[in-house]
Amino acid sequence: MPSAIVVERLGKRYRLGEREPYGALRDSIARAARAPWRLARRIGRRETSASEPWVAALDDVSFDVGEGEVVGIIGRNGSGKSTLLKILSRITEPSSGRAEVRGRVGSLLEVGTGFHPELTGRENVFVNGAILGMRRREIARRFDEIIDFADVDRFVDTPVKHYSSGMQMRLAFAVAAHLEPEILLVDEVLAVGDIEFQKKCLGKIGAVSRDGRTVLLVSHQMNQLRRLCRRCVWLEAGRVHEIGPGGETLAHYERALLAPDATAVAGRVFRQWQLAEGGHIVRTVDGPVAVDLRLALAEPISRGHLGVSIYSEREELVAGWAFEPLDLEAGTRDVRITLASLPLRPGSYRLVFSLFDRGNNMTGGALVEQWAALPPLALDVPPLSHPQDHWAGVLNVSAELALADEAGAAVPIVSTSA
Amino acid sequence: MSHTPHTHVIVPRSGWAPVELGELWEYRELLYLLVWREVKIRYKQTVLGVAWAVLQPVLTMVVFSVFFGQLGGLPSDGYPYPIFAYCALLPWQLFAFGVGQASESIVLNQRMITKVYFPRVIMPMASVAVGLVDFAIAFLVLLLLMAWYRVAPSPAILAVPVLTLIVTAAALGTGLWLSALNVTYRDVRHAVPFLIQVWFFATPVAYATSSVPPAWRVVYALANPMVGVIDSFRWAILGAGGPPPAALGVSVLAIAAMLVSGLFYFRRMERRFADVV
Repeated sequence: MPSAIVVERLGKRYRLGEREPYGALRDSIARAARAPWRLARRIGRRETSASEPWVAALDDVSFDVGEGEVVGIIGRNGSGKSTLLKILSRITEPSSGRAEVRGRVGSLLEVGTGFHPELTGRENVFVNGAILGMRRREIARRFDEIIDFADVDRFVDTPVKHYSSGMQMRLAFAVAAHLEPEILLVDEVLAVGDIEFQKKCLGKIGAVSRDGRTVLLVSHQMNQLRRLCRRCVWLEAGRVHEIGPGGETLAHYERALLAPDATAVAGRVFRQWQLAEGGHIVRTVDGPVAVDLRLALAEPISRGHLGVSIYSEREELVAGWAFEPLDLEAGTRDVRITLASLPLRPGSYRLVFSLFDRGNNMTGGALVEQWAALPPLALDVPPLSHPQDHWAGVLNVSAELALADEAGAAVPIVSTSA
Repeated sequence: MSHTPHTHVIVPRSGWAPVELGELWEYRELLYLLVWREVKIRYKQTVLGVAWAVLQPVLTMVVFSVFFGQLGGLPSDGYPYPIFAYCALLPWQLFAFGVGQASESIVLNQRMITKVYFPRVIMPMASVAVGLVDFAIAFLVLLLLMAWYRVAPSPAILAVPVLTLIVTAAALGTGLWLSALNVTYRDVRHAVPFLIQVWFFATPVAYATSSVPPAWRVVYALANPMVGVIDSFRWAILGAGGPPPAALGVSVLAIAAMLVSGLFYFRRMERRFADVV
């Protein structure tokens, strides 16, 4: 099988200073006053002063992707997955190594790039399509298909600022889904929209690969990856940790995520989490639900704040709690948070923790760390609300209906006489 | 190096590299759509809409005519002051708008820069090109104005497209430098309006070059490449002041240097845009 992507010893380093978004000319001028030539040189140079430490976002990464293969990229936040995709889609340059990409690349690092609220759906489709590298003729040819896929046909000529966020998302994704590159690079965008729309998108990616096109997919959703990817590349702190058959590598990765302390990343406060009864899947509708997490603090927290929030896959905040004031000694601490009940619809949810020292976000506390729990919290419970997802909402609470006649006597809901 | 037309070898670049014109041509539709998007959005939610493209230069001309022409009594080479000012205002506003917008183009579109690949130089190009639409509309007003003042166009008016191209190149050259600098040094954002204002007074828009003491004219034209271009515009439209070949030649050379160096500098800095912006 010929290769579509060849990555050889790819590396990307940042200066720590570059994490600060931009410099002020003042600093350069002050430096120039001391050494006049340096400002001129510095303005033409791509790197800043030599004293700042380097951080490697990617380090010596090598792998191959065959033509028509679907390969998943897994790894924790900050392991270099996005940087890798950015280099392959030529948004940013590597600092070492090389990569060869054979074929027309479509990259989906975000949906709806370039969408403008004042433009209509139709206009945005064309602009967004062009931004993603489609030709105008190509977009025109597939326009009806795109609108159909997004299910917004009645609003094509309405400015998208009047769209619901779900509609905007669907439209944006629909454009992206109709890209016809030979190589598709996708970053976590499948986690949008309702479940039905997600299924549609998954189907689309499956179809793309059946057409013999190559897909490189970054995702945290293990089931998606399991279904789509023949092979997975597991990155850890910018390096390749494992490359292998999809199912196998995913299993190793999942085991590593759950293993005590294996989730520890140097300097990280939040180590791991699980439910008190084990695992990460809630299977009961009635509470309580106890969440255990382990903290490893280098510094003590005094009068601090622990925030816990739950986000739906649509990134809506479903619930949040604050535990404050809170004192924690340095060292390892196990925390148990018990929710009286968690009446949420079945699905996958993001648990986000934040830890502040000396106050909270409102009172000028210092953010120690904010952390999205991995793997996500899953609710595998029977749906109790409306049978159609569209009308079910977020809560999963059973409800009953009763009828009574004028005298207050119970009447059957479904007439038995007929 | 390439196996198919679409094979890309991604390696760290170093040193100076020219802009890849072939690739730019591939992305011409994106340039067109970005310009179109900007034009569409610019006058949305305005009551007067595209009339602003006419009002801006016309009102500026009125203000100039009152303050510089009437009250200041600036000489206008024997032409009615309004039309004298207006035909310099058109290229000047094209230039000033282009420089202003282009210098912000990378920073304002940082989402696109960090999420999609395209030749970055398209951003400042689109910003400058948007000004051409306003320019074209405002130019129609100039024709009306000429009819009103009974100023017959000289055959030299045929030079206008070429001169417009030179102004566009000047705006792009300056804009390329400033937009790349703006990514690293946000000071640029604060300095640009001031720069444009000073540049305006240093350019014969509200006054005639003939008002500059003869001893200083050479320095004046050498120091400011816009002098030759704006004078040539007046000459092309009104026949005013005779053709200034020397000054225009200097301008074209300076602008070409600015554009080429700008393209190289932009290219050199663009590899960092997504990391820094």
